[in-house]
Formats: sequence, structure tokens, C-alpha cells
Amino acid sequence: MNMRTETQIEEALKDKSMAQNETHPLKMRGEKVCVYYGEKQALYDVDLDVRENQVMALIGPSGCGKSTFLRCLNRMNDTIDICRVAGKITLDNEDIYDKAVDVVELRARVGMVFQKPNPFPKSIRENIAYGPKIHGLARSKADLDEIVVTSLQKAGLFEEVKDRLDEPGTGLSGGQQQRLCIARAIAVSPEVILMDEPCSALDPIATAKVEELIDELKENYTIVIVTHSMQQAARVSQRTAMFHLGVLVEEGPTDKMFTNPDDKRTQDYITGRFG
Amino acid sequence: MTDVTTGLLPSGRPNADETAKRTKARNAAEARFKLYGIVAIAIGLFFLVALLFSIITNGVGAFQQTFVKVSIPLNAEQIAAAEKSVVKTSKYRAMIEAALADKIMAAGYKTEFTDPRKLGDILSSSAAAQLREHVLANPGDAGKTIDFQFLASSRVDGYLKGRVTRAALAEDKNLDAGHLDLVDQMKADGTVVKHFNWDFITGSDASDSRPEQAGIGVSMLGSLFMMLVVLFLALPIGVAASIYLEEFAPQNRWTDLIEVNIANLAAVPSIVFGILGLAAFIQFANLPQSAPLVGGLVLTLMTLPTIIISTRASLKAVPPSIREGALGIGASKMQAVFHHVLPLAMPGILTGTIIGLAQALGETAPLLLIGMVGFIASNYPDGIADGFLHPNSAMPAQIFEWAKRADPAFYERAWGGIIILLIFLAIMNITAIILRRRFERRW
Repeated sequence: MNMRTETQIEEALKDKSMAQNETHPLKMRGEKVCVYYGEKQALYDVDLDVRENQVMALIGPSGCGKSTFLRCLNRMNDTIDICRVAGKITLDNEDIYDKAVDVVELRARVGMVFQKPNPFPKSIRENIAYGPKIHGLARSKADLDEIVVTSLQKAGLFEEVKDRLDEPGTGLSGGQQQRLCIARAIAVSPEVILMDEPCSALDPIATAKVEELIDELKENYTIVIVTHSMQQAARVSQRTAMFHLGVLVEEGPTDKMFTNPDDKRTQDYITGRFG
Repeated sequence: MTDVTTGLLPSGRPNADETAKRTKARNAAEARFKLYGIVAIAIGLFFLVALLFSIITNGVGAFQQTFVKVSIPLNAEQIAAAEKSVVKTSKYRAMIEAALADKIMAAGYKTEFTDPRKLGDILSSSAAAQLREHVLANPGDAGKTIDFQFLASSRVDGYLKGRVTRAALAEDKNLDAGHLDLVDQMKADGTVVKHFNWDFITGSDASDSRPEQAGIGVSMLGSLFMMLVVLFLALPIGVAASIYLEEFAPQNRWTDLIEVNIANLAAVPSIVFGILGLAAFIQFANLPQSAPLVGGLVLTLMTLPTIIISTRASLKAVPPSIREGALGIGASKMQAVFHHVLPLAMPGILTGTIIGLAQALGETAPLLLIGMVGFIASNYPDGIADGFLHPNSAMPAQIFEWAKRADPAFYERAWGGIIILLIFLAIMNITAIILRRRFERRW
């Protein structure tokens, strides 16, 4: 009786993961990722899968390596001289650290939104049009305007700024600036969007708007988000990965991670006992 | 009782008396410091005002010059005879002196001199050349009587400006006290006049014997050509070097070494650059001596560190989030720098460049060594290429040259030159300030 229930549960779980694999094929995969800043090792053998059209939340106390891992996914760490990455990270089964991979191409496919809104000190239109322009995504000015409008619409910002597209992006409020940055990332049609604590500089109302946006964006994009807010991770993500001291502690479906984590450290962190 | 002796309450905090004392002492120290600051600024301002006052009082005279009005009947035969003679200007001089003597006779001025040559001493020796130039340029004037304004000699000019006295002329072979009596009479009826002299600003340097004719115009052109060389070499080289060092170069021992050396170069005395220029550009590369091209090259070497340092500082001031934002949407490093970082750093770069140029404009020491001092820059360059290659002086070198000549009339011109140089520097610095104000962005 007992045995049967267990097998049933196992079967059910297996079915669920099979189903998930079908609707959410593998997008990015990290295998034994180690990162060193000079002599200091920041990440230890991280294995993590990111699946298509899902939101993956990376949580953990400050300095645990979650941002470092995120920045490995589009090789933003290349800009740091002393940073060295070992292991393998793939995007659609291609090694992104392969010599043949052009980092500019990679970053066009894996966009990034930063902690502090950082619009260019140019007009709203130019902010969004810049990416498509340098990647040659628009054949005409009309095309470009089209991209600007749709990107702003997707970022839920169009209605608020449609009358002042030529005013500077830096004149918007913090939350609007962050959504402008998301629109800017969307404009180059990335496949994956990385977000490094995108709401940490925003007030609760702006945060709610960005979270709503993230939820909508997962229909078309794969999202990896670093967050310090447990509630945010619970609200927006389908899967959650817990980092601690450079080690991936645990990874799983968000509801399971928040209700019944396997690792005691995860439980302690989520319930606020450390971190 | 214990709190009175130790000043402490039982809780360990100072009591009210003690606190009041400390507050008073702290406030007094602050007030004292503010006073020191105000005194320091007042001293600085005092010296600035004193400096400007002495420059202006000494130099303003150079912009005014004394002229003598003489009408000369131009006789075609005399002109033909003069053009045939060996020393042409001496014949023209005789024509002027004769006309001057006639005029003195007609006006009835009292004078002890009867010799026209002696009377002519009140005129500058440049008068004959001025007459000849007019005659050659206007051949149709032969047979007419033309009104001329000739420069008065520097002694007469000095007398009208209060520099030359009768007592001083007792020792002077160029002019006698009797001349001054004549000048007084001529001045009374407007034959001798003092007015603004454009030739000081546009003219060329003159020989030791005629300070009244000397102008700073030609050396101003020399400075202009040098600044062009500096601008077109130092700006691109400096900006390219800074961008590479700041944005692309790996941080290692070599770049550290380069960085330290650039900072040191900025502090190297300019005369060192002068001797380097002499060795490298003139002796080794065989470029012409005294040419603004060489001066410009030397000043480029001197200005580069200034431009590199200020450019790097303004690149550094652009927040890294702008670079990350550009990289994050797939801009290459170069695109990020040229599309986003450089435009934001541009006001700072331009400010640094203008300050560097201003510094180069006022630099004298290196020019001593490459021969831009010590000869008379008397000819305007013919065209652009000549402007770079023809021997010339520069404003500060010209000022230095005047200051070391014996005649006090040149000393006045040195001060006048300083005023012009300071006006240029002020314009450049104000431009820099306006650029910085207008284009400065805040994040």
C-alpha cells in the first residue's frame, strides 16, 4: 500500500518533469562552472539548467555568487580583467565560451537588465533604437519606429511615454527607467533576458509593475533573475536556485523550494534565519 | 562632588558645564578656520588686483602712438631720382624733412633749429619707407600734395606719454630739449597727435632703433600656426592614447608604468622639452630652425600629458553603468566607447585641451632653444605652408625679446604684449568654462 503510493508519487513527479521537458526545452546549461577573481574562487562547480519560457530565480545571501553566475551567462564577466571562468556554459547546446563564439552576438541573444536603471542620457526613442541600429535589425526608419513602439508596448511603458519619445530617458521616474531598460533589452529580440536585482532600487508600486511585466515576458523569453526578495522569487519564478558561499545548494520548482526544501540551508535562508 | 572635579556625570557622559565648554571651543575653532580661509582668499585677490593694475598701467601706453602730420608735395622728378639712387629711403627722407621744415616755417613755430635734418629727428626712421610704399602703391599721386601721418620718434612719443623728460634728453644724442619745445607747439595746434595704434596689434617687430614701429601681429601668427600644430597633433594622439589606456588596456605592470610616466611627464620643466626638440626635430630631423612647425611639435610633446590626464579623468567620470548598459544589449567595446562614453566625456576632453593649449600658448622656455627668440620677426608669412616653415616668433617669445632690449620704449611694448597675451588666455579659459557649463551632464 505504502509502496504503491510512493511509486505513484514518483510516477507522477516523473510525468510532471517529462511534461515540463516537452513544453520547456533546455535553453541554457551550466556544467561545473567555476569562477575565479584573481586568486579567489567565487563559484564552485555549479550545474544549473535554465529552461525555455520560464523564469528562473537565483536567491541567496549577499556575496554567494548568484550575480557572478548570472554575469557568466552572457559573458559580462569578460569585462573584468582578473575574472576567469572554468567549466562549460551552453546556449542551445553551443558552448558560449568557445573561441568561435562572438561575444557581441551572444549578448544580443542574451540581454541584460541591471540593478540600477541605466538608461543612456539620450531620448527615449534613441535608447531603444540603439540596439536594433547596431545589430542592423531595422531596414528603414519606419521599421525602427515600429520596433521602438512594440518594445515599449511589451515593456508596458508605451502609454506612459508615447507623447514624449524624444525627451531624455533619464527624466523618467525610477520604475519607468527600469522598464525602459527592459524595453531596450527586448528591442534587440533576445532569447534570454538576465536581470540582476532589477527592483532593488524601486519603490513597491514600481516593483509590482516590473514583476507583472516579468510574468508576461516569460511567454516569449527565457528569464533569469537575481533577487534578494523571497516574495519576489516566489511571485515571479517557476524555478528557484539557492546559492550559498559560491555553491549551488539546491535547485527546484519554486513552490517546492518555498514549501518543502530538501536542504536545511535553503529552509533557514527562506525563513530568514540567516542571510 | 565628583562630577565637578572630573567633569563627568555618573553615567560617564560629560556634565552640562563641560559640554558647553566643548561646544564653545569647537565653534570657536570653526570660526577661526573660516577666518583663515577668508584671509587667504583676500591675500590672493590682492595680488591678482595688484598684478592686473600694474600690467594695465604699464601696458596700456603701447596701444597709443604719437604721429606727426605732414603734407608732402609729390614731385615726379624727385621720385624718379630717388628710385635711381642707391639708398632710396634717404632721398625720400630728405623729401619729408624738407616738407616738415616748410611746414614749421609756414606755421611760424619758434625753434632754434634751421637744418631740416635736425628737425626731422622728431620723426621715426620708418617715415621714409612709409612714404616710398605709398608712392609705389599710388603712382597716380605724383604731382599732388598728400597728407601723411608719420610715426613720431620713440623719444617724442615717450615725452607725450610722460616717460621722457628734458633733463633725460641732456644725455641723449637722438633728440634735444629744443625738439620738445617744437613738439609742444605742434601738439597745441594738432600737428602732433596721439591716438590708438592698430599697427601695434597687427604689425611686425622692428629693429632696435625704432621701437615706435614694433607690433606683435606677426608673432601672433607664429603662435597661431604653433597652436594649429598642437591642436591637430595633441588632441587626436592624446585622446586615442587615453581611450586605449582607460578602456582597453589590461591592468598590468606595463600600463602602470606608462601611467606613472605620463603623470611625471606633465611635471617635466618645459625647457627640457625645448632641448629635446632641438636635438630631435632640428639637429636630427633637419626641420627648419625657428619655424612654428618645430615650435608646435615641441609644444605638442609638452601638452600631450595634460590632455591625456584630463581626458582620462573625464572618461573615468562616465559611470560604468553606461558602459554596462551598452555592452548588455550587445554593443562591442568600441561601440560602447565611441557611441556612449566618448560623447559624455567630450566636454571634459575639450576643456582639458583648451587649458593645455592655453598653457602652450604662454610657454616661452622651449622656444628659446629652438631659435624662435632673438631675431626680428618682420615679415608676414606668404600662405599656409610658409606660415609653418618660415622663421617666426611667438607672442611670449616676442614679449621676452622686447623686455630684454635696451630702449625703455620696448619695455612699454612688452607690457602691451602681455595684455594681448592675457586677453587670448582669458578668452580660451572662458571658452573652456562655457563648454563645461553647457555640456556638463549629471547622472
